[in-house]
Amino acid sequence: MFRNGDRSPRPSQFAFRVALLGGGALVLFAIVFFRLWYLEVLSGDRYLAEANNNQVREVTVQAPRGEIVDRDGKVLVDNRTALALQVRTTELPRGNRVLSRELRSLGQVAGMSKAYIERQIRKQTRESPASPVTLRRDVPYDLVYYLRENQGEFPGVSVDRVYVRQYPQGALGAHMFGYVREVNPDQLDDPRFESLEPGDEVGQAGVESTYDSLLRGVKGTTRIQVDASGRPTGGRLSVRRPEAGNNLRMTLDSGLQSAAEAAMARFGLPGGFVAMDVDTGEVLALGSVPSFDPSVFAKPVIPPAIYDQLTTGTDAPIFDRSIQGGYPTGSTFKLLTATAALEDGAITPEEIVDDPGVLEVGGVKFENAGDAINGPINLQTALQVSSDVYFYKLGLELNADDNPEGGALQNWARQLGMGSRTGIDLPSEAPGLVPTPGWRDQLYADQLTDRSWTVGDNINLAVGQGDLQATPLQLAVAYATLANGGSVVRPHVGMRVEDPSGGVIQEIDPAPRREVSIDPETRRSILDGLHAAAQEPGGTSYGVFGGFPVDIAGKTGTAERGLAVEDQSWYVALAPYPDPEIVVVATLERGGFGADSAAPAVQEILSEYFNVKPEKIEQVTDPTATVYE
Amino acid sequence: MIGAPARTPVRPAPRRARSLAGGQAHPRPFGHRDAGFFERSFFGLDLVLLGAAAAISAFSAYTLAVTTHDDVAGDPHYYLIRQCIYAVIGIALMFTLARIDYSRFRELRVGLYTAMIASILLVLALGEATRGSRRWIELPFFTFQPSELGKLILILALAAFALDRARHTSEARRTGRLLLLGIIPAGIVFLAPDLGSGLVYGVITLTVMFIAGISWKHFAVLGGIAAAAIAIVLVGAPALGTPILKPYQEERITSFLNPSEDPRDSSYQINQSLIAVGSGGKTGRGSEATQTQAGFLPERHTDFIFAVVGERFGFAGAAFLLSLYALLIWRALRILTLSKNLYGAMIAGGIAAMLMFHLFVNVGMNVGVAPVTGIPLPLMSFGGSSVVVTFMAIGILQSIYVQARLNSRNRAPAI
Repeated sequence: MFRNGDRSPRPSQFAFRVALLGGGALVLFAIVFFRLWYLEVLSGDRYLAEANNNQVREVTVQAPRGEIVDRDGKVLVDNRTALALQVRTTELPRGNRVLSRELRSLGQVAGMSKAYIERQIRKQTRESPASPVTLRRDVPYDLVYYLRENQGEFPGVSVDRVYVRQYPQGALGAHMFGYVREVNPDQLDDPRFESLEPGDEVGQAGVESTYDSLLRGVKGTTRIQVDASGRPTGGRLSVRRPEAGNNLRMTLDSGLQSAAEAAMARFGLPGGFVAMDVDTGEVLALGSVPSFDPSVFAKPVIPPAIYDQLTTGTDAPIFDRSIQGGYPTGSTFKLLTATAALEDGAITPEEIVDDPGVLEVGGVKFENAGDAINGPINLQTALQVSSDVYFYKLGLELNADDNPEGGALQNWARQLGMGSRTGIDLPSEAPGLVPTPGWRDQLYADQLTDRSWTVGDNINLAVGQGDLQATPLQLAVAYATLANGGSVVRPHVGMRVEDPSGGVIQEIDPAPRREVSIDPETRRSILDGLHAAAQEPGGTSYGVFGGFPVDIAGKTGTAERGLAVEDQSWYVALAPYPDPEIVVVATLERGGFGADSAAPAVQEILSEYFNVKPEKIEQVTDPTATVYE
Repeated sequence: MIGAPARTPVRPAPRRARSLAGGQAHPRPFGHRDAGFFERSFFGLDLVLLGAAAAISAFSAYTLAVTTHDDVAGDPHYYLIRQCIYAVIGIALMFTLARIDYSRFRELRVGLYTAMIASILLVLALGEATRGSRRWIELPFFTFQPSELGKLILILALAAFALDRARHTSEARRTGRLLLLGIIPAGIVFLAPDLGSGLVYGVITLTVMFIAGISWKHFAVLGGIAAAAIAIVLVGAPALGTPILKPYQEERITSFLNPSEDPRDSSYQINQSLIAVGSGGKTGRGSEATQTQAGFLPERHTDFIFAVVGERFGFAGAAFLLSLYALLIWRALRILTLSKNLYGAMIAGGIAAMLMFHLFVNVGMNVGVAPVTGIPLPLMSFGGSSVVVTFMAIGILQSIYVQARLNSRNRAPAI
């Protein structure tokens, strides 16, 4: 083979070695060829599908949630679009070095620290595991353009147009709206949220929750072609347009709501209020003080300090006292006691009862508030001056120790809506409590209290003290029932659901829970008594309503909340007298006597409702008679 | 005389050279003897080898032209123009080398070897860091990769050293000497760290030794040592807490075994490459080649250019390209057998092994049967050093061919 040139020996088995080299090449070529054949010819379709799949990204387009407006169409809650800087954690690079480099440079361009970004990712992922993490809303356009141009350097980071709930009326009606948050895993199991996926947002409280399915809308999906760094490459494969949610028109009168909130807030005390149409149950105003700015819940993460301030303590603003606050109602309960006694036949309106200022039962003295002595009085006067002894006697008479469900008093209280939820279209309503012998005896048997039921419990209940728990809304329903002649209305804040173009989808007009039969004479005599209490000299709230240009019926209440705590102030008004169309309830914790704080608040609410200016009147009777109950 | 038997055998007329029969006064310089299709020559060069290399180079230019025109803003032909310039430089060097008698390199062995070691050490010392490895030397007009040229120089030098005192030293000493001479540059390159090139140096060393005639027994021992070394590198050293491979190197080596496990890890490239190649089907996706065009496949103009071919031109295109490489390798191995001396045979063997290793490791990595090692596909992958050095290697093959032809013409009886 080597004919000349060098004198090297011919290596042993040279030809074999060369053949081996060639054979190796042949084998390798065969491997590569067959692998290619396998990949391209045999599995080509599968890989083609995978390649196509590689470039398709489903982009969901949020549907704008419906607006919430008041009864006159004034916008209470709507959406604004915001450019949100978002991070999709699933699309971030995995390598620690790459990730931290990306986050650092993102922080540099977005003006936030890397630690801040990491903290946000941690927090928001814990709260809303399936949603993108929002680092900042309302990012400036130059940042948007920068990120779009350099998308390749920021995998998983995007600026998206998002809808954010906004509240043009500020804190107005804050307690009723609730908020919108990512649907949680428990909810996903709920048939109500059947069509939702992790990451979708649903109303989590208030009317946002009650009317969620109507407000929510249907999100759109666009399947677009993207390149490896997620940049769209132009092709839109399919588009399903988002459908905006329906709008909710509330029964709320924002003028009245605003006046009520202002009137209540003046005292700087926690409290709740309701203004409701007595015939339909339409809630014209409802709320709680202190209030809060509902837009705080539209933030991706609620600052912990604000959250604590909203939720901790007995005066927590988040707590809606109008439907969640179960309180003894004080003398405002006397309407129920009177109704029970009259309907039960225990007394007649004209029957005279002596009020010596104290009632002694089994060695326990039950006294009038402020040691008042009213002498012989009928029902109207008893209501007018808010005689306790008169009602103690009714409580004594209506007591039914042997019936675990209680007697006529408990029965009528329940009939008028006490002790059970009113069924308002807001979640988290408190059921309240009507104390009965059975209830207390059970507590005693369970050693949760130191004694069993006594007649004293019934006597206390007759004047709205003791274990009674009622919400302002329950009280409003009870008064409305008497005022409208026996319909236990179902209160509601939703009036109508309208599609985005204004067509009516659904009228919200729930039927009364039940009709109770109340003798018109009962109704008239009680209303007369309450009218006298409000607007005749000597009435407990004459000082407040004596000069009110519209005739009303009203009742003060002063609930004892324990030895060290200031009394809770209540006032309920039905107006106009004698054929009321509206009931207004206000209560202020630690507000003192009913006439001190709650009554002036109700007066302001009614002034707004009737658009009148009340005259200041001089006290014409002995102050003790008007102030003390 | 009448009786003289007319037994005089009839002498055939003296045969004239076929060239004369063809009406030519002088034989052609060379290459015309059995002028079958594969024996046509061009300036005395192996035309098939030349044609295959040129075709691959053209294929590369076309693939780069259709793939990378959007890659560099404002310069759609950025890669194309550069690749063509590299090819022109490479082809010029190829012709130059083909005209030189490769045997002269034997005398320069020590200088060549020293220059090679110096240049790859220089890269270690002052090369710029690129993705954690230093492979380049920045020159005014382009970045030069000494480890590429080093492969060729190693072949020339090692083959020369193999001939030194071949008959005067023991077989074992010769094996050890060659091994040491090969392992030193391989180790330096490996430390750069450039695992792929380190392996190429190793393969070159083994092949030159193989052609040089190192005994089978020595190869068996070497095989055992290699197996032990791999075991230590991959299993033993990490277990003892002193890993030799960098984590990314180990990942690359092992991840091709199960590419789909996590599309975001180092097997991402393999996975995307498989999808690219597979989606090409029989005839390719042409301009619909989204895997490569939409950027799912990284390094598409360099290490993963074969996947681009697979996706764009399908099995047909990839098979055609592989056929060109088959021609190239066949010619290299044929030149090995034609060589006039053992030196040429060893060089041709080394070059063939180098090309094969590049080809199969790169294509294997593109089709998911070999680890990702960052070895370019000869003449296809974009890159000046690789293109130029590959053409130079082909030039040396041509030189061996030319010398073999000259030699056989001088010796073979014309008549």
